[in-house]
Amino acid sequence: MDWIKIGALADIPRRGARCVKTPKGRIAVFRTAEDEIFAVEDRCPHKGGPLSQGIVHGASVTCPLHNWVISLETGQALGADEGAARTVPVRIEDGQLFITLEALSNLAA
Amino acid sequence: MTEKLVIVGNGMAPGRMLEHLFEAAQSRYEVTIFNAEPRVNYDRIMLSPVLSGEKDYEEIIIHGDGWYIDNGITLYKGHKVVAIDRAAKTVTSNHGVIAQYDKLVIATGSVPFILPVPGSDLAGVLTYRDLDDVNAMLLAAQSTAKAVVIGGGLLGLEAAAGLKARDMDVTLLHLMPTLMERQLDPAAGYLLQKAVEARGIKVITKAETKAVLGERKVKAVELADGTVIPATLVVMAAGIRPNAWLAKEAGLEVNRGIVVDAHMHTSDPDILAIGECAEVGGRVYGLVAPLYDMARVAAARLAGDEAAAFVHSDTPTKLKVTGIDVFSLGDFADGDGREEIVLRDASAGVYRRLVLKEDRIVGTVMFGEISDAAWFADLKKREVDISDMRDTLIFGQAYQGGPPLDPMAAVAALPDDAEICGCNGICKGKITAAITANKLASLDEVRAQTKASASCGSCTGLVEQLLKLSLGDAYNPSAVQPMCPCTPLGHDDVRRLITVLGLKTVEAVMQELEWTSSCGCAKCRPALNYYLVCEWPGVYADDYQSRFINERAHANIQKDGTYSVVPRMWGGVTSAKELRAIADVVDKFAIPTVKVTGGQRIDMLGIKKEDLPAVWADLGQAGFVSGYAYAKGLRTVKTCVGSDWCRFGTQDSTGLGIRIEKFMWGSWTPAKVKMAVSGCPRNCAEATCKDVGVVCVESGFEIHFAGAAGLDIKGTEVLGLVKTEDEALEVIVALVQMYREQGRYLERIYKWARRVGVDEIRNQIFADKDRRQEFYDRFVFSQKFAQVDPWSERASGKDKHEFSPMAAVGLLQAAE
Repeated sequence: MDWIKIGALADIPRRGARCVKTPKGRIAVFRTAEDEIFAVEDRCPHKGGPLSQGIVHGASVTCPLHNWVISLETGQALGADEGAARTVPVRIEDGQLFITLEALSNLAA
Repeated sequence: MTEKLVIVGNGMAPGRMLEHLFEAAQSRYEVTIFNAEPRVNYDRIMLSPVLSGEKDYEEIIIHGDGWYIDNGITLYKGHKVVAIDRAAKTVTSNHGVIAQYDKLVIATGSVPFILPVPGSDLAGVLTYRDLDDVNAMLLAAQSTAKAVVIGGGLLGLEAAAGLKARDMDVTLLHLMPTLMERQLDPAAGYLLQKAVEARGIKVITKAETKAVLGERKVKAVELADGTVIPATLVVMAAGIRPNAWLAKEAGLEVNRGIVVDAHMHTSDPDILAIGECAEVGGRVYGLVAPLYDMARVAAARLAGDEAAAFVHSDTPTKLKVTGIDVFSLGDFADGDGREEIVLRDASAGVYRRLVLKEDRIVGTVMFGEISDAAWFADLKKREVDISDMRDTLIFGQAYQGGPPLDPMAAVAALPDDAEICGCNGICKGKITAAITANKLASLDEVRAQTKASASCGSCTGLVEQLLKLSLGDAYNPSAVQPMCPCTPLGHDDVRRLITVLGLKTVEAVMQELEWTSSCGCAKCRPALNYYLVCEWPGVYADDYQSRFINERAHANIQKDGTYSVVPRMWGGVTSAKELRAIADVVDKFAIPTVKVTGGQRIDMLGIKKEDLPAVWADLGQAGFVSGYAYAKGLRTVKTCVGSDWCRFGTQDSTGLGIRIEKFMWGSWTPAKVKMAVSGCPRNCAEATCKDVGVVCVESGFEIHFAGAAGLDIKGTEVLGLVKTEDEALEVIVALVQMYREQGRYLERIYKWARRVGVDEIRNQIFADKDRRQEFYDRFVFSQKFAQVDPWSERASGKDKHEFSPMAAVGLLQAAE
């Protein structure tokens, strides 16, 4: 599998996110309070809001546009809402972060 | 014909007596009360929470003025009875009022014991007895730093904790080797001392006070061993004595207290005595449960019930200091034929001791974890033979067979005569019967119907469990709307606890208040961040990851993920230079839409996030700062041209608007704040639908607030009229600060005003000049840290990560 280096863990604030531009669309990379890392397409299943701009709590993010709560582990909308953002495999090695886009078909641009 | 009942004293015992009496014989007596304190009947047990700031006086009133009126009671507030004429059957007050009685009840309570040492009469030496004492202490806590509390019993500990919560440097002196030695054994006393010291209170035991030093005002306390402790406030809480001099003067039999029989009659058959001033069977009492029992007996006698009699029983002691749980009941001294079972968990600070005699519990001391207190008390009261469960007795009820660790099971298993509320002597059966019979559904209703949990409140958890048991899922435990699913606490509770416990980070709040989630949610985090910003200006480090994106990025997110930018235009006034700068920015960054806002400024929409710092840099060159159009904070101050141009203008509304905006920009508030200043009552700036508005008139400035023109439409309330611009600014600033301190997160001013009451706000801002000044000063202080332009900071590189992608990968290949 082709792993692409995207930066260091320390580049992302705890309970925050940064985004990565890729040919397949924008990907949001999240860091939780416990330093877990998740990558999810930067697009809320509701109305396409940029999830990377939301508030990160536990292993979830609340979309900044209409407060949908998305699980970072599964990409699924939590609670009463239905829908899912696609997740992207991410790896940490020596504090460096890598993602792979092979499993991903084109995201909406 | 109605008989005349006169009561001397208006504390908790006579209040309770009257409730019983009106229940049994509503119109038999015409009641007159003399109260030496200038107020109604309040819950003296709750003075400690008032001192520490966890409650207000209003919250501890038992009978408001309306209750006296409804029951036809004549209440003389601030009248001290100075003489009883038993032959003429009259009493006389210090203001000369004379009242005739058929029956007289003396309930003069107790007086604090003042140590007979030199200097005990100096200014700054207080006692801890009534609301006046608490008010005096609060006043002293504002201006002075060092306090000495003499007495390590219940009262002294509560006073020390309360003063500490008010940020005083507190030293607690206690004559005996361990604290609360009358209620606690030395081990529990030691744990208590450690817990008290952990709060920053210095404790000196075996401390014999020799003198209070000072000229006119107290300066220090000197101990017998020569130690001198500097102090500007000394609280004497070394005990109380029955207040019996009036009875003694009248020739009634007085020993330590006023001697009464089991029916509460004194040596004069027409005079009864109840409460702390009374001595029954050689004992005087200071805890509320036996005093309420006296009230019950006296009421029954007055209603004609000859059988009612007072019987002594042991009363449990609990300390009312938030976070320190202590329980003590019965006799716990070592002795012949006595055995004990002890459980200690040093790291958790838990200590339990049961004293047994002939396989029955005769005493209990608990520290740190007291959830089984009711069960032990019940076993003691019913004198249950515990030999079968002796091995596991100390672990509590949950370990006596059956499914362990189900708190509901424990309560369900209690017998009907188990006492739940110690203060009021209410047992389980009475509570469950009231719930069923009267279809009670809330804690407040149970309190109103049965009195259970209505005094000190420490049995609230048990009463809630009984509600849950009786009603099942139909019971909704908290009338308070929780802040979010992460906590059962409401916004007001959380704020109060942030202040009282001195919590200064989001993590500390979640840890100390036992959040159920690891790092909160998108509802509570922004709220907590605001509460901390507001409470600890200059100390709390703003947590940007707990802010919504608009406040984090200092711009407004749009539906497509781009942002809009609104620079401040003070009072809606602009210039050619500013407009040119905006035009240049729009061209340079190809900003698709430029729109004039409702708040008299210009909005540039459709800016890419990466461009924001550069846009701000260019705007900053022209002198623009952030307009905070994205903030729960001060947004715009809309104005008309006023006396500068308008032929109707009465004042310089534009100038005042700009002045307000320059004074208040940068402040964070619970929700957005929009203002306006109109130069005359024609009100072209539409000030009467704003959060805060000013309508200028010939005679001055009419200050408005609590308007709305969004989801709700509501005209403003008039706060008041002031004569000068300076005063207008002061009033507005104080009002906004009051809202900042009391408003719940996302609650607009009009909703806050509806909750708190317009009159209350007017009282605090307009009538109470000192209060206004305090609000004003606190706002000015917090502005020192708030007025930093976030745009220029970010144009200079702050929070760079926020505005650039982490990486762009594979784009070259894609282009190929």
